[in-house]
Amino acid sequence: MTQTVLQYVLYLAVLVALAVPLGTYMGKVMNGERVFLTRLLAPCENLVYRMMGVDRDEQMSWKKYAASAVMFSVICFIGLFLILMCQGVLPLNPEELPGLSWHLAFNTAASFVTNTNWQAYSGEVTLSYLSQMAGLTVQNFVSASVGIAVLFALIRGFIKVKDKGIGSFWVDLTKTVLYIMLPLCLILAVGLVSQGVPQNFSEYKEAALLEPITADDGTVVTEQAVPLGPAASQVAPKQAGTNGGGYYGVNSAHPMENPTPFSNLLEMISLLLIPAALCFTFGRNIKDKKQGIAIFLAMFLMLCAFLAVTAVNEQLGTPQLSQNGAVNIENTPEQSGGNMEGKESRFGIAASSTWAVFTTAASNGSVNSMHDSYTPLGGLATMLQMQLGEVVFGGVGCGLYGMIGFAILTVFIAGLMVGRTPEYLGKKIEPFEMRMATLVCLATPLGILVGSGIAALIPEVAASLNNPGAHGFSELLYAYSSAGGNNGSAFAGFNANTPFLNTSIGLVMLFVRFLPMIATLAIAGSMAQKKKVAVSAGTLPTHNALFVFLLIFVVLLIGALSFFPALALGPVAEFFQMIS
Amino acid sequence: MNAKNKEHFADRAMAARAIKDSFIKLSPRTQMKNPVMFLVYVSSILTTALFVFALFGLRDENPGFILGITIILWLTVLFANFAEAIAEGRGKAQADSLRAARKDVAANKIPSPEEKEKITVVPSATLKKGDLVVVRAGEQIPADGDVIEGAASVDESAITGESAPVIRESGGDRSAVTGGTTVISDWLTIRVTSEEGESFLDKMIAMVEGADRKKTPNEIALQILLVALTIIFLLVTVSLYAYSLFSAGQAGIESPTSVTALVALLVCLAPTTIGALLSAIGIAGMSRLNQANVLAMSGRAIEAAGDVDILMLDKTGTITLGNRQACAFLPVDGASERELADAAQFASLADETPEGRSVVVLAKERFNIRQREMSDSDMEFVPFSAKTRMSGVNIGSVEIRKGAADTIREYVLKGGGKYSRECEEIVKKISNQGGTPLVVAKDLRVLGVIHLKDIIKQGIQEKFADLRRMGIKTIMITGDNPLTAAAIAAEAGVDDFLAEATPEGKLAMIRQFQSQGHLVAMTGDGTNDAPALAQADVAVAMNTGTQAAKEAGNMVDLDSSPTKLIEVVRIGKQLLMTRGSLTTFSIANDLAKYFAIIPALFIGLYPGLSALNIMGLQSPQSAIFSAIIYNALIIVALIPLALKGVRYREVSAGRLLSHNLLVYGLGGVIVPFAALKVIDVIITTLGIV
Repeated sequence: MTQTVLQYVLYLAVLVALAVPLGTYMGKVMNGERVFLTRLLAPCENLVYRMMGVDRDEQMSWKKYAASAVMFSVICFIGLFLILMCQGVLPLNPEELPGLSWHLAFNTAASFVTNTNWQAYSGEVTLSYLSQMAGLTVQNFVSASVGIAVLFALIRGFIKVKDKGIGSFWVDLTKTVLYIMLPLCLILAVGLVSQGVPQNFSEYKEAALLEPITADDGTVVTEQAVPLGPAASQVAPKQAGTNGGGYYGVNSAHPMENPTPFSNLLEMISLLLIPAALCFTFGRNIKDKKQGIAIFLAMFLMLCAFLAVTAVNEQLGTPQLSQNGAVNIENTPEQSGGNMEGKESRFGIAASSTWAVFTTAASNGSVNSMHDSYTPLGGLATMLQMQLGEVVFGGVGCGLYGMIGFAILTVFIAGLMVGRTPEYLGKKIEPFEMRMATLVCLATPLGILVGSGIAALIPEVAASLNNPGAHGFSELLYAYSSAGGNNGSAFAGFNANTPFLNTSIGLVMLFVRFLPMIATLAIAGSMAQKKKVAVSAGTLPTHNALFVFLLIFVVLLIGALSFFPALALGPVAEFFQMIS
Repeated sequence: MNAKNKEHFADRAMAARAIKDSFIKLSPRTQMKNPVMFLVYVSSILTTALFVFALFGLRDENPGFILGITIILWLTVLFANFAEAIAEGRGKAQADSLRAARKDVAANKIPSPEEKEKITVVPSATLKKGDLVVVRAGEQIPADGDVIEGAASVDESAITGESAPVIRESGGDRSAVTGGTTVISDWLTIRVTSEEGESFLDKMIAMVEGADRKKTPNEIALQILLVALTIIFLLVTVSLYAYSLFSAGQAGIESPTSVTALVALLVCLAPTTIGALLSAIGIAGMSRLNQANVLAMSGRAIEAAGDVDILMLDKTGTITLGNRQACAFLPVDGASERELADAAQFASLADETPEGRSVVVLAKERFNIRQREMSDSDMEFVPFSAKTRMSGVNIGSVEIRKGAADTIREYVLKGGGKYSRECEEIVKKISNQGGTPLVVAKDLRVLGVIHLKDIIKQGIQEKFADLRRMGIKTIMITGDNPLTAAAIAAEAGVDDFLAEATPEGKLAMIRQFQSQGHLVAMTGDGTNDAPALAQADVAVAMNTGTQAAKEAGNMVDLDSSPTKLIEVVRIGKQLLMTRGSLTTFSIANDLAKYFAIIPALFIGLYPGLSALNIMGLQSPQSAIFSAIIYNALIIVALIPLALKGVRYREVSAGRLLSHNLLVYGLGGVIVPFAALKVIDVIITTLGIV
């Protein structure tokens, strides 16, 4: 048991140890300060600007910044949609896979452009190498970078005083891709290849099975197709950019997407690395490190709490499993014990639970175990993290700007309670900021409630469920929570590839991505124009323990108030059924 | 709530009026102004309709249940209306008495100051800006204006409530008169500065009545949050209807949720407590300010007062008592203290200023030198004049003078006397200590120095320390020289001072603070204060001040008390705190309501959910009723708090927050659990459900 606990502590410690220096590095990149890669990358950067005709000193208004970000995403969306529809006639398609249906192409394009990576398909039997590489991998890089760019703009909004501009979207995007995403993913991809993740263009290989399998209809299977392709290069940004769309259908539970414990560690840490590091970037660049640490701690404590819930529940298993000694769920040196349904035995409870909590915290959505098979409360923790709006670290960039939206709400209520019109980081919170902050914070509940509410009324949706009753409802709720948090993971039992589900989930993903993004930029623009209020003893401190707990409280409260009834009908009802 | 309770914050007549107003406010137009309560209003109409349908057989639920819910929903709306009405009550009563003062009077209009005899009597309503009127003793001043000729004592009790008359005279800083006040003695010639409908009294009536009360930015921001929460809760309940159909369909049973029950859930979840009390809090804040005899020109100004972190306070009257007092005689050049005291008393006999009096008194106290009859000898008093800048007395050939050090020095040296180094040093020492030295000379011989001391008001140091803990810096404004100012500043415990202050200096200082991100409050009365008042974020003009100062400020202090600024800040903070605390309380309440209603709704579908019924409520119906009854009653229960404001203490923001979080946050979570249980027990015992 001690060993298992140590394993959790190790994962968290490695994460924090790497996040701090990366945060500083990214802060320098944002400001255009010199870093060790500058000499190498500056010429490329300049070339990009020259080719695209970008004025590197431009200071865009928030509207122009938002228009650029949205326009860029629209173009990405159209490009990806066309590639997916036409992959049958495009090159790099050795398996001769046909083009996707319009609704699956729409869903997939929306999913990857919004950094969600919800997958209503299985990669190895649906997508060509070109679609995977030129389509999805490219989005893995740029959709993540758009999130980081918007965060940079917001940070500038806090720094600037009586100014209109919040930086140039094109410069932020280019810098993020070149200086942050590419080097990090390169290291990661090489690491993964060293562990055995494929990186080639070869056809699928046939391999003889060591042990023949007899199928239900009596046929004996002796051979298996081994899917190959440019996997490592897609898996790296999938993890680092909180994308989560697996190269293979079962994502990082697939032995070729995640072959060894070391590859598992690499993928799991890289999953939360940038979102965690950005907190330190934030503190560094607003020149008040304590503020960044406070936000980090709020996220980190929530992560630990959710991890504890999932880990304990998975370790305890269910009364049904241990009934009459049906399954030995004891934790021994030989086995991890607990609820191993849907988990890889090579990872065990600790690595699976940690991954499940990290991936739903980080709006990543990649999995190394099947969340559908988690215990009711273990599954609830993963679902709730998405429903909170993906602010427990959340997606790269968007997680932090979502959390800053919550910080604004917190400051507003708390500020009133100390008798001052509220301010955050020296900027007064007025009706405009409140309007935008509520859009940032409430887009997720809005998207999830409307989406799942409508879906619950559509008779055909019931046919997509893998289970009846409360668990079936959880599957439905999970699907929309995943879309509404831009997460992308799934309760695996749910068959999502239907016109209605593809379209509605696609629309929810687009809504919860772009509404908060535009609202965040509006806050940035408005903050930049404000003067900075002087700090005094009457100012509400936003970097102490009290504020951290208050922030956590507000996040949990809004989540709980929005989803208490839904969770009561899903995992909570299931839990009481389980123990009764 | 019973009548006895109401008397805590309003009298019977006010309550009666408020109850009547609660029904008048049921008009959709009024309801629409408050989105949260409008939702309850619409919900009430919806359940009323459902009840009527149920009577005709179109059943959503059993009609008795729907009727019960409907009644409580309408009560909720009425309670919210009552809260607003009772808050307006005090202002309305005040406005009524002000209106009595505004009656139309006859005005003695004259063509020019030189032709005071050519009086045309016109109704005051017809007066135009720039018209001249004469007002004699016993007459009411017909309109706001500036005194251009004459001096008179005026009874301003109609607006200030202060019965002691005040002096109004032409020129200087006491030239402004307000329509509706009465001249008691003498006469005034007044140039009218405002016309019917826009006078100070009109503005005052509008303000206290809240007729043109606009929502402040902070109120709007809060309302945005409340509306957003309401929308979420609307979606929660609508989606819950869908989930319920879905889950019931899966289980193959009929959906357990009725529209009525979901409407009840929606109203419980929506932030109705703060929604109902929000405008009452704003009106009550304004009303508290009015009770402190300060008139704010906008609600915005009160909120700004809560944000102020620099107070610029005039030394005289705020930090020190208005006058200086002699506290020591310091003889020089071999003169005895008694000799000095004797001469000083002689020189001050005719000096009627408080300073002069205090010299006479001190001499009497120290050496029992009795006050001499002024007429008995051949004394000739020399009054203080701007030219000589000395005062004194000639007794026969003996010449006694007292005055500022440099003046006496010049006078003595000119007459061939000596001005010793010892004297110079004592003068300097007194200045350094913040005192004012007065040098006394008899026949060109310097006898010594009188130490005049500023008397710091009692308790002012503690007040400033409190302010500092709240993060408010105090700046003392004084005409004294920097040395004196520094000494007084140190003694009074202010954070900074502006010595030898000029209007330009004040303005520059305010601008500088503002550019550093501070919010500045100040008081002022003179015309030359107007630019600084206009620049300051919170500017309290004295009612005794000039018209220009009153117009530049965003508040008028009817008592003209310089310490009022501190009171204003307190009221501003209290207003915001009340808003924040009740919002927190309102949202925290939802937790208990969920625990009551969700198991009640779904216990048929998933019996296991009864474990969530941690309050052990008797039945699903009683659970829903308890929640919604609590929701209505808590509004009434919190009306006194909304009107009085939450308790305010002078501590740092962090401590204030933890305290309020504990009381209103944690309290907001716990209280409803207990209250719901109690209501449940009562209604089931009474057999209502």
